[in-house]
Amino acid sequence: MSFAMAAEQAKALLELELKGAFPDPRGRFGPFGGRYVPETLVPALDRLEEGVRRYLHAPDFQEDFVAELTGWVGRPTPLTQARALSRRWGAEVWLKREDLAHTGAHKINNAVGQALLAKRLGARRIVAETGAGQHGVASAAACARLGLPCVVYMGAVDTERQAPNVGRMKLLGADVVPVTSGDATLRAAIDEALRDWVSDPMGTYYLLGSAVGPHPYPYLVRELQSVIGREARQQMIERAGGLPDAAVACVGGGSNAIGLFHPFMNDPGVELLGVEAGGRGPGLGDNSATLSFGRPGVLQGCYTMLLQDEDGQVQETHSVSAGLDYSGVGPEHSLLMVTGRVRYQQATDEEALEALGECCHAEGILPAIETAHAFAGARRWARDNPGKRILIGLSGRGDKDMPTLQKTLLKGMP
Amino acid sequence: MLPREEVVAAIRSASAGGQPALVGFLTAGFPRKEDFAAHLAAVGAAADVVEIGVPFSDPMADGMTIQRSSRSALGQGVSLRWILETLAGLESRPRAPLLLMSYLNPLLAYGLERLPAAARKAGVGGFIVPDLPFEESDELRAALGAEGLALVQMVTPVTPPSRLAVLCSASEGFVYAVTMTGTTGKSVAVPDGVLAYMDRVRAVSPVPVCAGFGIRSAEQVARMAGHVDGVVVGSALVEVLERGEDPAAFLRALRGT
Repeated sequence: MSFAMAAEQAKALLELELKGAFPDPRGRFGPFGGRYVPETLVPALDRLEEGVRRYLHAPDFQEDFVAELTGWVGRPTPLTQARALSRRWGAEVWLKREDLAHTGAHKINNAVGQALLAKRLGARRIVAETGAGQHGVASAAACARLGLPCVVYMGAVDTERQAPNVGRMKLLGADVVPVTSGDATLRAAIDEALRDWVSDPMGTYYLLGSAVGPHPYPYLVRELQSVIGREARQQMIERAGGLPDAAVACVGGGSNAIGLFHPFMNDPGVELLGVEAGGRGPGLGDNSATLSFGRPGVLQGCYTMLLQDEDGQVQETHSVSAGLDYSGVGPEHSLLMVTGRVRYQQATDEEALEALGECCHAEGILPAIETAHAFAGARRWARDNPGKRILIGLSGRGDKDMPTLQKTLLKGMP
Repeated sequence: MLPREEVVAAIRSASAGGQPALVGFLTAGFPRKEDFAAHLAAVGAAADVVEIGVPFSDPMADGMTIQRSSRSALGQGVSLRWILETLAGLESRPRAPLLLMSYLNPLLAYGLERLPAAARKAGVGGFIVPDLPFEESDELRAALGAEGLALVQMVTPVTPPSRLAVLCSASEGFVYAVTMTGTTGKSVAVPDGVLAYMDRVRAVSPVPVCAGFGIRSAEQVARMAGHVDGVVVGSALVEVLERGEDPAAFLRALRGT
């Protein structure tokens, strides 16, 4: 870790985090977060912040949100006991099944919540970015459901490797715009969505898909995704007879991880483990493991850990999973790392693909390649901690990954 | 005179006759790194203030032209360090004051503790940081202020009146009044609404007001006369340099001379 912080300071920050003091009124999680945007977006973010304050926890908004989550998304999602993986790993493995949520991933929780908020704020149109396409599909679906026009920016590299999702978005009525600028993946798609929003800051709502970006997005996304961890915590108590010893999630921008982790934050017996994309290895440009190899800096609206060179240029990343292929990470994860509440590790492309294959065979579930990173991390943890109870956030299903899987796991298979 | 005061003086003196001062923008090292000094001299001789773009990997406030020029400059190894060293080593600097336009992260990576002295030594009069809103700017403003350097604030057509007053009072060198909601480079008409907005900015600003984003023609500049103290010409000038044309001739044509 290249971000030095005195142990005492880290301890004080952790206490504040556990008390729920973050984000503070300036949108900070300790030193991280904030709001670094062009002046044009400041009034739009002020209005969003005011909207979040007014509606997010108001009874009538929550009533609408819960109604959509139960009646349309299909929540609560099940908790599945992974019997075969438990035997293989010598652990007690439980899966929180976000892959069974409508549109096939946790992204829908945030998309429908923000679309409801956009309606209340009087937005005329929605823009969104997408990496793996899951947030794009979720946004397109939520906008169709609520009658809002939707434009999705997607890196040209990703439109190719996640082609099935492009078709789904189009069927759901969204306008999909391939982005060829920059690195032509998620980061470029966010830049382009921000440029669109700058052009119409008051009429357009930017439906950001991860717990990144300027305040209040990291907070808003965390609050909407925390339904994952709240349900899982209760289900573990009821079904497994107690809290897990560890909860494991994959981390790209970090929305599914923060959603799973946050409700366990004050359970000191629950170790929290985030797994980043280790890609091809530790070299600059070979991975997307921001928390393992990054330094703090400002990208796309917030101060957080970043993969960057010595001149502050943001580095292009690599991961076999489009959804983890991002040079930054949510600011709250940066805080959770420096305070030690969450441990972050990596799984390489190869480890993730192997774990994906194992989950298919053992449990009859095809997870997304993103999610497979969490399985790889969980398996390692299980071997180091025999006989323990592990909860894995199964953030999404892998149908969208068939083009990549054809070229990797299925290559040469008869 | 402090560097930030020189910026104010250059704009005031150029606009004294009623014509807006010209702030010319070029991306450092574009189209070719080795032509930077020559381009800077040419633009510096024809413009009243020169804005030098520090390339960044994620120029989210910029349109296609400056995205393209930034990417090309980065590909040639242009960095803030190289720009400051090149400026410090120039045999003769343009008479026009120099500003650096940079997104925040390259400044943070350089180090806010050593940036102001290095910038002053390089003859830089101040900074424009498009992703640094006023609320996050205390640290940089204080650091630059210690060397007398300007931190230019931007205002936009959607800035509420109460905020407009705060931003204008905080701005140094000039106030950068963005003509429209959008990114740089798109040509804009200058409807009466824009002129009225410029008048509102000017009414509350203690420093000169320069309009920027989408300024491409002598007609636009002429329309702005009497409503602003200067105009910023960015993407259009970058395109002139890209095509290998004479930047001085282009800037003279913008003045209608």
